[in-house]
Amino acid sequence: MSDIALTPPVPVTTEAPLIRALLIGVALIFVALFLFAPLVTVFVEALRQGWVAAIDALRLPDAQAAIRMTLTIAAIAVPINAAFGIAAAWAITKFDFPGKAFLITLIDLPFSVSPVVAGLMLVLLFGANSTLGGWLIANDMPIVFAFPGIVLATLFVTFPFVARELIPVMIEQGRAEEEAALTLGASGWRIFFTVTLPNIRWALLYGVLLCNARAMGEFGAVAVVSGKIRGETATMPTMVEMFYNEYLAVAAFTLAAVLAMLALLTLLLKSLLEWRHADLLAATRRH
Amino acid sequence: MNIEIEELAKEFGTTRALHPVSLSIPSGALVALLGPSGSGKTTLLRVLGGLEFPTSGRVLFGGQDATGLSVQERRAGFVFQSYALFKHMTVFENIAYGLRARPRKERPAEAEIGRRVNKLLDLIQLPDIGTRYPNQLSGGQRQRVALARALAIEPRMLLLDEPFGALDAKVRKELRHGLREIHDRTGLTTVFVTHDQGEAMELADLVVVMSMGRIEQVGKPAEIRAKPATDFVRSFTAA
Repeated sequence: MSDIALTPPVPVTTEAPLIRALLIGVALIFVALFLFAPLVTVFVEALRQGWVAAIDALRLPDAQAAIRMTLTIAAIAVPINAAFGIAAAWAITKFDFPGKAFLITLIDLPFSVSPVVAGLMLVLLFGANSTLGGWLIANDMPIVFAFPGIVLATLFVTFPFVARELIPVMIEQGRAEEEAALTLGASGWRIFFTVTLPNIRWALLYGVLLCNARAMGEFGAVAVVSGKIRGETATMPTMVEMFYNEYLAVAAFTLAAVLAMLALLTLLLKSLLEWRHADLLAATRRH
Repeated sequence: MNIEIEELAKEFGTTRALHPVSLSIPSGALVALLGPSGSGKTTLLRVLGGLEFPTSGRVLFGGQDATGLSVQERRAGFVFQSYALFKHMTVFENIAYGLRARPRKERPAEAEIGRRVNKLLDLIQLPDIGTRYPNQLSGGQRQRVALARALAIEPRMLLLDEPFGALDAKVRKELRHGLREIHDRTGLTTVFVTHDQGEAMELADLVVVMSMGRIEQVGKPAEIRAKPATDFVRSFTAA
């Protein structure tokens, strides 16, 4: 016992000061170089010729059409994927049925398939060269190189976000609270709105935000399906590329900056909600 | 209300959780389903509560066939193993949940709900915890809140799955008396599941010893102690 008492206490959970400084330094440099610097560059380049030039660039009809297109697509795709994501997560975590493993794999498919391939699949399925596509075009319902195609491509690419975010949370929570609500006489819908939804709301919010960010930012699949027709099917990311290729650097970077700001706005919104409901969050979190 | 279980069997896929079992529970009794894990006791309790449906056999509540009744229609107060309190609701809202879930016509007015919840809080001897959240309570308090929530729906029977399983030994002893008292005061037919023979023998009027999905013996604690029907019962109840 005594020889233990004689040795000075050695901190077992902390590194030497030099190593600590080095590790923190490397992490900070990494964050600055790969996360912060690119974001700043976008804004710097956008404002290179001053505010007026930047605002003028946003007044371009093509830019305005692209912004409208992207916001509309997100407004359609996000609610649909939120609803289907909840339904899929609910089915997978609260019920047992044959083919469950297959369904989980299917939900992950858009993550593993390249967006360009996803876009090509849609073109092959609904394009003018397929029977289905030919019929749709003959009946004045074109999908490829038109608005519905962009929605479908965005839906496909962003499908996993909500479900993937919800499934682990719902598995961890199990079925006990739902069963308790059942024994207390609640109907299925009532259980969903009063027990299930409040329990998953933070995961749902996070999934929706990720889904929204991707829906607004998707390039590959949309570029293939939309045909990038200026003023008609061009979205913000595809318009940024076109501006850039035409050496319209200010226009390209201004539009990119707006896209970045939309993303930052969603993150701000999330932080704000978390801050406002901090006490409830603390009360309902598992300990 | 008396409960009759007739030739009840339950299979999950190819595994048999319950071989056909029959049991008759007199009205107002406090019954323990005693057995090791995997003995089918929890399955039997869940079938009674309507959370599982039997593969074959019948359940009768007060002489009426209840086999096909949905969970909601059964009006069985159920206390879950880890209590399953609603984490995002206060204790008050937890207890009021069953009353608020009633169809509009049968739903009590807000003042009446408040009155009933407070009465239940008095019954479990925790009158001042209505505004707290479940994770601010001790294990024993949670168990009593779960009991109050189950009682709020004016159940026809009380079903408890390992009600003392998550508690330390001292609290466990205290709450045994608490359950006995609440049972005696409400007069509800009560069935609880336990793997602790001491708990079953001390608390229950009638002990049902189960093993491997079969009922080995049914009897008063003293009878089971004095005349164990099988070797399994003898070894399992030997304290």
